[in-house]
Amino acid sequence: MRRSVFAVLVAAVPLFAAGAILAQDAPRLRGPEPFTRETPAPPMQRQITDDVRVTRNYPDQPPVIPHSIEGYAVDLNANKCMSCHARKFTEQSQAPMISVTHYQDRAGNTLGGLAPRRYVCVACHVPQTTARPLVENVFTDMDALTEPEGQAQRRQR
Amino acid sequence: MDLTRRTLLKTQAAAAAATAAGVSLPAEAQNIPTGEDIKLQWSKAPCRFCGTGCGVMVGVKDGRVVATHGDMQAEVNRGLNCVKGYFLSKIMYGADRLTQPLMRMKNGQFAKDGEFQPVSWDQAFDEMARQFKRVLKEKGPEAVGMFGSGQWTIWEGYAASKLMRAGFRTNNLDPNARHCMASAAVTFIRTFGMDEPMGCYDDFEHADAFVLWGSNMAEMHPILWTRITDRRLSNPHVRIATLSTYEHRTTDLSDAAIVFKPGTDLAIMNYIANHIIQTGAVNREFLDKHVNIRMANTDIGYGLRPEHVLEQRAQHANDAQVSHPSNFEAYAKLMSEYTLERASELSGVPKEKLEALAKLYADPKVKVMSLWTMGFNQHVRGVWANHMIYNLHLMTGKISEPGNSPFSLTGQPSACGTAREVGTFAHRLPADMQVANPEHRKHAEEIWKLPHGLLPAKVGYHAVQQDRMLKDGKLNAYWIMCNNNLQTAPNTNNETYPGYRNPANFVVVSDPYPTVTAMAADLILPTAMWVEKEGAYGNAERRTHFWHQLVNAPGEARSDLWQLMEFSKRFTTDEAWPKEILDARPEYKGKTLFDVLFANGEVNKFPVSELDPAYENRESKEFGFYVQKGLFEEYAAFGRGHGHDLAPFDTYHQVRGLRWPVVEGKETLWRYREGLDPYVEKGAGLQFYGNPDKKANLVAAPYEPPAETPDAEYDLWLVTGRVLEHWHSGSMTLRVPELYKAFSGAVLFMHPDDAAKRNLRRGQEVRIISRRGEIRSRVETRGRNKMPPGVVFVPFFDASQLINKVTLDATDPISKQTDFKKCAVKVVLAATADAGGVQ
Repeated sequence: MRRSVFAVLVAAVPLFAAGAILAQDAPRLRGPEPFTRETPAPPMQRQITDDVRVTRNYPDQPPVIPHSIEGYAVDLNANKCMSCHARKFTEQSQAPMISVTHYQDRAGNTLGGLAPRRYVCVACHVPQTTARPLVENVFTDMDALTEPEGQAQRRQR
Repeated sequence: MDLTRRTLLKTQAAAAAATAAGVSLPAEAQNIPTGEDIKLQWSKAPCRFCGTGCGVMVGVKDGRVVATHGDMQAEVNRGLNCVKGYFLSKIMYGADRLTQPLMRMKNGQFAKDGEFQPVSWDQAFDEMARQFKRVLKEKGPEAVGMFGSGQWTIWEGYAASKLMRAGFRTNNLDPNARHCMASAAVTFIRTFGMDEPMGCYDDFEHADAFVLWGSNMAEMHPILWTRITDRRLSNPHVRIATLSTYEHRTTDLSDAAIVFKPGTDLAIMNYIANHIIQTGAVNREFLDKHVNIRMANTDIGYGLRPEHVLEQRAQHANDAQVSHPSNFEAYAKLMSEYTLERASELSGVPKEKLEALAKLYADPKVKVMSLWTMGFNQHVRGVWANHMIYNLHLMTGKISEPGNSPFSLTGQPSACGTAREVGTFAHRLPADMQVANPEHRKHAEEIWKLPHGLLPAKVGYHAVQQDRMLKDGKLNAYWIMCNNNLQTAPNTNNETYPGYRNPANFVVVSDPYPTVTAMAADLILPTAMWVEKEGAYGNAERRTHFWHQLVNAPGEARSDLWQLMEFSKRFTTDEAWPKEILDARPEYKGKTLFDVLFANGEVNKFPVSELDPAYENRESKEFGFYVQKGLFEEYAAFGRGHGHDLAPFDTYHQVRGLRWPVVEGKETLWRYREGLDPYVEKGAGLQFYGNPDKKANLVAAPYEPPAETPDAEYDLWLVTGRVLEHWHSGSMTLRVPELYKAFSGAVLFMHPDDAAKRNLRRGQEVRIISRRGEIRSRVETRGRNKMPPGVVFVPFFDASQLINKVTLDATDPISKQTDFKKCAVKVVLAATADAGGVQ
């Protein structure tokens, strides 16, 4: 069943998948037509700040940041992210604690605090804007593949 | 397909009730899948993005990549990935993947002005072969060319090099890596006689000071930056100094942020050299024993078209690469012009900052690792800049030992492994050999089992020259593979696009996605990417690493390797080679290029029975032999025993990469130092054995100004570059929703005072105008990049804001690499923009 869904999506793309392009600012993928034409710049997108957790695509995906981080210092003097996400502050902040992996050094030894190699949070965790995706992504969630056959079929109905 | 709240609650209620009753429900009624259902097949692969070469574990289920994570066993990254790496799972699944060839057609036939229509591979290759044969016949091999990639796998680059040089007899083959690190590659050869760094990433854990020159590692090499921040935060004595033309995330974590005026890094380095000389910090013993001193030709022009006034005016535009033997006294005299006062005045950097920086290099107790990327390489004096940094390390002897390491970083996953080591540059052959050297050509002909005299001696067109020659109608059959050059080349409106649409030319683009470049082609070939094929990359620390094919490409998409080899079947030697060569060696007559290049007894030596049965390998099954192994082993013959030794093919599928030279099963971490590098003779201590006299070359050069400088009308410096979330032209990362939503379109980073002066507010639409073209963007006065007044930054990933319409096609005259960091622009509000000033 899920295979046929994918097949339909692929089959629908013989010629640049006009239907698959979602957002108005699709020149962002392929450029203006013709190339020499000048295109207006779309407005800057607003940050998502609703603090609602977003499902991860797979367990190892770093969760995206559902709030603004504008002006957050991550420098030699301070790491603003840790003022909520450090273990000792999570009760008052109700923010998720940094992952246990973040206490491990390069050799896998557990440290007494945030591992220095994990100091730059934004190398992996990024905020999101309200921009609509430029094109659909047909990545398959493993849950769609791993759940027992009967359940998947029931859901299709 | 999402589980609705209602069914979820029902399933969970049933499960709870069943537990309470002590019965087990049938599998479909359980709320959590178990057993075989949740097993994923995990395999190793290097990351698809930058030159860092992180190890990734890839999880596959039912023929789909469903998860990735950082490989704990990979030395490079030990379990970490950056945000792009963590989203690798989704890069192959943009819904607009190309699944069949598309050709411009009218009335059922190819037409340059036609519309794209789906065609079969046979139709595509028939037309392509017809066009290439026409050009070969009418104009000869010099009108055929290819633009390749530092993202090609090793065997793809190798197959392309054979097809172009030996098959079509042209050296008009260049990689997009020309735009990215040609200055570094050329200077390695000029200095050490051998390409690529002497040190490796292990230097990160040994250095006391890191000096970053034109490198924003926090965004462009985030995982290497984790190793530096780890070192800095774990060892309080460690210092980081970052030199840049603006402040950014890397300067946020640096002890010293040194913002200099564009192009004046040359003066700063010469000042440091002067400081070392004046304070007696020169390691004379090292210098006398291991270093030759040379003087570069000066006033060498800017790599523009020869008729440009700047080239006409330059004294040594035509022999820019020449340098002359000199001595320490002459070098010291030249450097003495670069006093602290003069360097500070030229660069705009306070004297105390410059002096503190110089002391890091001068202090014999401080182990210094210098790192550089595009700010250095994309520089009209990029080769000189690279020389100047080596000069500092050579003068102090801080080289080729743990922690003392001048280290050039690369931007593409196989810039080193493919573009440089395989030699896909217009002037290179495998293992650092040169097309202009008759001995080197002869050696290549022997390994390739080809007639002597077949390989062309003339250096081919480099990247920017290819665009110019396409425009001028001198390069007519052109294949672009694994890059997005119409978005990334300089001055595209005037110098790149016209060549692609020139009616005299037939332009083919191979890509997984419909990019800007593909849309301007005549034929688009759908391409398999990353783990849809068996591959090998070489990263920035000489590490060669492999992966297996893990999933199939969609539809009719095929790998670059398959395309190159399959296309070679459509030519016979009689069509491509001169009669004299075939008359002298009649046994080559009537064969296809496939026969002589790939079925030559070497490449087809390994049977498909050697394939790992756990993995698919489409190319090998189709061609009937283990293609990747045959190509790799033939290629490895160039370097084994010559300081470029690669391990046996099968070894690489077992390990997390090895750093060459791999001698007697052992990788080499630091080259040129006795005890660390098996190629150094016993008792020698240290040998730069790439050069015949086993010495390195210190090449002295002065400060010379950029090609274009802001004036009254075009009053701002434009710097272009990248952002963490998008990789280069964005053709993969923009199709991952999470990455797109993390940085949703390019903006113009500008100092708030510069904005205020032009009555601009954050978010307003502006025109960015140069003498060559213009684009529209939005003003950003906050955020990650803090610009000094007079300098603006625009990233190039966004195809709706093609900033390379604005840039200047000035190159380093020696390396032919474009300076994407320095040109003059003006910025005006879009609504009230005056129309004048641009053609």
